[in-house]
Amino acid sequence: MDWILEPWPWYVSGPLIALTLFILLYAGKFFGMSSNMRTLCTIAGAGKTSSFFRIDWKDQKWNLLVMVGVVIGGFIASHFLTNSPGPDLQEKTIAKLGTLGITSAGEAYLPIELFGKEAFSDPKIIFLLFVGGLLVGFGSRYAGGCTSGHSISGISNLQLPSLIATIGFFIGGLLMVHLLFPIIF
Amino acid sequence: MKNIFYILIGTFFGIVLFKSEAASWFRIYEMFNFDSFHMYGIIGSAVFLGLIGTQVIKRKKIKSIQGQPIHIPDKNKSFYRYAIGGIIFGLGWALAGACPGPMYVLAGAGFFPIFIVIAGALAGTWIYGLLKDKLPH
Repeated sequence: MDWILEPWPWYVSGPLIALTLFILLYAGKFFGMSSNMRTLCTIAGAGKTSSFFRIDWKDQKWNLLVMVGVVIGGFIASHFLTNSPGPDLQEKTIAKLGTLGITSAGEAYLPIELFGKEAFSDPKIIFLLFVGGLLVGFGSRYAGGCTSGHSISGISNLQLPSLIATIGFFIGGLLMVHLLFPIIF
Repeated sequence: MKNIFYILIGTFFGIVLFKSEAASWFRIYEMFNFDSFHMYGIIGSAVFLGLIGTQVIKRKKIKSIQGQPIHIPDKNKSFYRYAIGGIIFGLGWALAGACPGPMYVLAGAGFFPIFIVIAGALAGTWIYGLLKDKLPH
């Protein structure tokens, strides 16, 4: 059973993500994580400010429950199913991270420089994390979906819009890492 | 009963996201540097199998557990919203190192700064709702 505690290879993880999609389709639902953000805004009262949020959130309760499950899954996996400190990166990646001042590769699941306890006392890090989330939230609603809704379910359903969105995800990611990271960090 | 079913699917998915390291900032950085096949293998194999399964569901007209036909709605045809929205999303995905699913995973895993990211994502969603009618779609 030691394999459970090791990081799971892509050929195990990818098929299990496809299985998640199939289970949700079989349940008569869809696979999309970012729409929960809209539902949460609706619950918080965003309907008073925009018709976009005037939806019956109870129709989305099932997806909120999936989201709660994902949180529980994160807790279980990190506390009981893991024995390695973090991703085993190649030397060349570690070297590139070093030029950005990120030296926690191999020691932690997430960079300590961004997600350690000190993050809360560094205004620059708070700003970067908030802006990162802001772009994800705004972009996923503008594009009508995220990695799960477009890249996995949409492309599986041969949707050209999902392919366009996914190419956009990659263009944005490449711009951030190659053009903006050297300026930001 | 139904509620537990959805929570269990989510729990399963959350464990997969954490254990695959798709929820790790490092893996996203590595992916955008083309330094490893790992993330491409995850997304590629999920899409490959998802494509086969989805087409089987549609062609064989497989019914859902409730006995209803499984209907997967088509996305509205457009270019700008997917291209611009997609690029904005990608910028955030690389910076925060997390898309929405992994954000929930990392909250459960106890990385508390992720709540700053989630607060940003909720704010971004809200701002989209306010600006929606003024944006090209």
